[in-house]
Order: sequence, then C-alpha cells, then structure tokens
Amino acid sequence: MDVYLPIANLAVNGLVIIALGGLTGLLSGMFGVGGGFLTTPLLIFYGIPPTVAAASAASQVTGASVSGVFAHSRRGGVDYQMGGMLVLGGIIGTGFGALLFRLLTALGQIDTVINVLYVLLLGGIGSFMARDSVREIRAQRTGIPLPARKRRHHPLVANLPWRWRFYRSGLYISPLAPLLLGMATGILTMLMGIGGGFMLVPAMLYILGMSASVVVGTSLFQIMFVTMATTMTHALTTRAVDLVLAVLLLLGSVTGAQVGANVALQVRPERLRLVLAAIVLIVAFRMALGLTYRPDAIYTVSPL
Amino acid sequence: MRRLFALLCLIMLGAARDPILVPEISQHEVEVRQGFTGTELLLFGAILDPAGTRAGRDYDIVVVLKGPTRSITVREKQKHLGIWVNAESAEFRSAPTFYAVASSRPIDRIVDTRTAAIYELGLPFLQLSPIGTIDPGIQARFSAGLVALMAGDTLYQQNADAVQVKEQVLYQARIKLPSNVQTGTYTAETFAIARGRVVASAISRVEVSKQGFEKGIADFARNDGLVYGLLVVAISVGMGWLAGRLFALR
Repeated sequence: MDVYLPIANLAVNGLVIIALGGLTGLLSGMFGVGGGFLTTPLLIFYGIPPTVAAASAASQVTGASVSGVFAHSRRGGVDYQMGGMLVLGGIIGTGFGALLFRLLTALGQIDTVINVLYVLLLGGIGSFMARDSVREIRAQRTGIPLPARKRRHHPLVANLPWRWRFYRSGLYISPLAPLLLGMATGILTMLMGIGGGFMLVPAMLYILGMSASVVVGTSLFQIMFVTMATTMTHALTTRAVDLVLAVLLLLGSVTGAQVGANVALQVRPERLRLVLAAIVLIVAFRMALGLTYRPDAIYTVSPL
Repeated sequence: MRRLFALLCLIMLGAARDPILVPEISQHEVEVRQGFTGTELLLFGAILDPAGTRAGRDYDIVVVLKGPTRSITVREKQKHLGIWVNAESAEFRSAPTFYAVASSRPIDRIVDTRTAAIYELGLPFLQLSPIGTIDPGIQARFSAGLVALMAGDTLYQQNADAVQVKEQVLYQARIKLPSNVQTGTYTAETFAIARGRVVASAISRVEVSKQGFEKGIADFARNDGLVYGLLVVAISVGMGWLAGRLFALR
C-alpha cells in the first residue's frame, strides 16, 4: 500500500508505518511511556527526513497518551496540580527547545546532539531501570525484602524555596521542582521528537519522590500537553508536521496502546520494567554504534 | 584571400549542414498526488537535415533532465574524540535537486572532457557554483560527496545505454523520476553529437507539481501553520479518545 507523504515529499509503504505506530503504541500502553524514543529513529532509518520525523512523531505520542490519561483519571491516578506545574514547565521548555533546535540546525550539529542525547539519556536511564528491576526480582526470589528507601526525594529538591502541598502525590515540596523537570522534558521533546516519558517516570519516582500510584497517569498527562505544544511549535516554525504520516502512525499507535494496556495488566510490573530497560538499552547501544562506526553517509545536505 | 574565402565557405557549409533536433516528452506535466510512487519519462524525437530529410549520419544523443536548483550546505563528518560529527562544510549556490543524464554510449567515448564540462554532460561535470573562495581540491571532494549522496537516493543518475537511436533518425530515452522528487520546472536538454562536437541541441520543459489533496495539505501547512497545527492536534486527541472508547466497550 503506497502512500505519498505531502510534507516529507516521498512515498512510503503505509502498512509499514502503521505497524511501526502499533509497535510503539504497544510499548506506550505497556509501560506508560510515549514510545517516541523508538518512533523517531525508526522513521529516520526508513528514510523520512529527520525534522519531519521528529515533528510528526510528537503528534503520535499525543494520541497514544490521550487514552492512557482517560483510563488513569477514571481511577484517580492523575495529580492535576503536579501535572499542571509539569505542563507549564514543559511548554516553557518547548519554546527554549525551538530556539535551541534552530541554533543547532544552523551550526549543523543537530544530528550529533540528538544522537549523543539519545545515547546518554537512554543508556543512563536504561541501566538504572535494569539494575532496579533486577534487584527487585532477586528480592522476590530470595524472599528477602529490599530495605525501605530512607529518603523520599532528592536533597536538591528539598533546598528549593517555597513549598506547596501536593495531596495526591503525597508531597510537600517546592513547585519549582516539577517546573524545572517539565522544562527539561519540554526541551527534549522539541529536540528529539519524544514525549520524555521514559525520563519523566524515573525522575518523578526518584527525584521528586511521588507516590507510585499517580506517577504513570501524571506523566502521561504532562506528555499529552507537551507533545501538543511541540506539534504546534513545529507547525508554526519548521512547518514539518506531516498530517498523512501522523494519521498513519496514530492508526497503529492508538490501537497498540490499548492492546499494550491489557498486556500490562497480566504481567508483573518489575518484569515489565526489565523488558523496557532492555529495549531502551538496545536502542541506546544501536545509537552509540552509529556514532562511533564510520557512517554510511559521510556527507549530508541541508538547504541554505 | 582565396584560401580564407574557401575556409569561410567551408564553415558556412558546415553550419548549414548541421541537423535540427525535434524533441518531445511523453508528459509535460507530472502530477504528484496520492499513490505517486515515481514515474518514467520517455524523451523521444527525431534528428533531421535542415531540408527535412533524414540526416543520414551517425549521431550520439545525450539527454540531460535537470530539476530546479537550490542553495545548499554540504557537511562532512569527521571523527572527533571517538564520535563522528559534522566538521567541515561547503556551500553551493545552484545544486540541482534532480539531475539525470542518459546517453547512447558512455559519455567519455562521445566527447572529450572539455566539451563535457562546457555542456555539463555527466555527473563529474555538474556546475554547482560554490559560494566564497574555496580550494579546488576541497571543492571537488565535497562535489563528489554530494553526487554520491544524491545518486544513492536515485536523484542523480547517469545511464550510458538509456538512449536508443534508430535508423539515424529517431531516438528515445527513458528517465525514471523517483517519488521523492522536488516540485518545480524541470528542463530536458537534448544534444546531438557527432565526432566529438555538439551539432544540435534543443530544450523542452516538464512541470512537476503537487495536485489535489497533496497540494492542499502542503499549501495548508505552509500558509496557515496555526490552524494546521490545531487540526493535527485535534485529530491525534480524537483518535486517541476514540480508540479508548472502542476498546472500553469490548
């Protein structure tokens, strides 16, 4: 099924794109991450221009997170107050990200920065998650419970001025903490075309110390709004959002997300996290290889 | 004096005996619309004597199809601190977005390099007009890099047996346009070459443009980014919500 993409200016196999969306949707349903970290590189690998890939993958992540937010909000799994701060920070971050994107494109270093960010973030978070879930699984096998975590949130967070009560998260911390975290993910979303969920979820757990029951719902809430802002920013600045590509990806991902959510209910969470860690590490490893091996294309062309 | 006159006569005679080319293209308009996966252009025509009879000589035909040009930066990756990063770059003012040359024999056997360079026959002779002063060696390196990259996407092609000449009169060439071509005006230049000299040339044009839905989307995204962005967001939210509802019903 050949489909012509009017913004990307090329014909693709529509079924391949739908399958790709389905795969990332499955991940997002299972793990509560957007799946953008997988979509963007795979689209680029398929031959879609990098800017179009990043811009259109963002709207796919919106779609995948919407149904997740509805499901979680029904059972009170979204901290709107915390989410609001994250979204505010995220939208500010998107603006910064757009400026950074333009600067790096002008310098010709956008590809390298994106790749290095992928390797560092995915590698770091992937190994962190893997270590954590292996420990948990081992603790269950041996029957020796893990020592309870002493500190709720990171000391840096405690040092920030003015504090608010976030009831659903069970926290009494400065609103600047989620604001800054939101900004960081906003910048990443704009640069890498990802929702930032794979980074946000561990950050919420280990840096903010939010209660686990609201982490996934609140992260999806933030991702939903930040990817909307990203789509808008791309539509207004790079004009690289391809509607046809987005719809194809969405077709796959919204379906995949629902299937994934059902799968997630039947598998133990720490196993799930180990699988996610493995996927994240594989992607990071592949990216690292791409940086260090002699690339196929030494030369790249960009319009002046 | 007499000798000079004789020479002049010979030149005029030669000029008068130069044939004329009558080129034609299978389609003058290529419409890029849904399901477009590229197309093949048939460029054909006849070589005639000025008197309208068949030229009665062997000619080589070279057809050059060139897309709209654009200014580009070509960047070269180098290994720094163990990773490959963009290092040096060169700027070119007029790099064609598409360039295909089809000929009846390998070009280096039809003309010498000087003639090939004058008429831009063949990928090594593309004139890219570099911006700023640039060392010829470096320029050649970047040009070769660009050509290899574009050839990999089949946007630059060179085919030495894509032209058939029949009975010294009719010729036909086939050039494939891939799906990732840029829209704009393409020029097809046909050269008739005899004994290393271009004896006739003719230009015709092909218009490549988006049509229908594809044109609508491209124009929409370019002219009204705000509404377009809102539409994309609305579609993604709508589809996510709909999928949630459909699966919840099961």
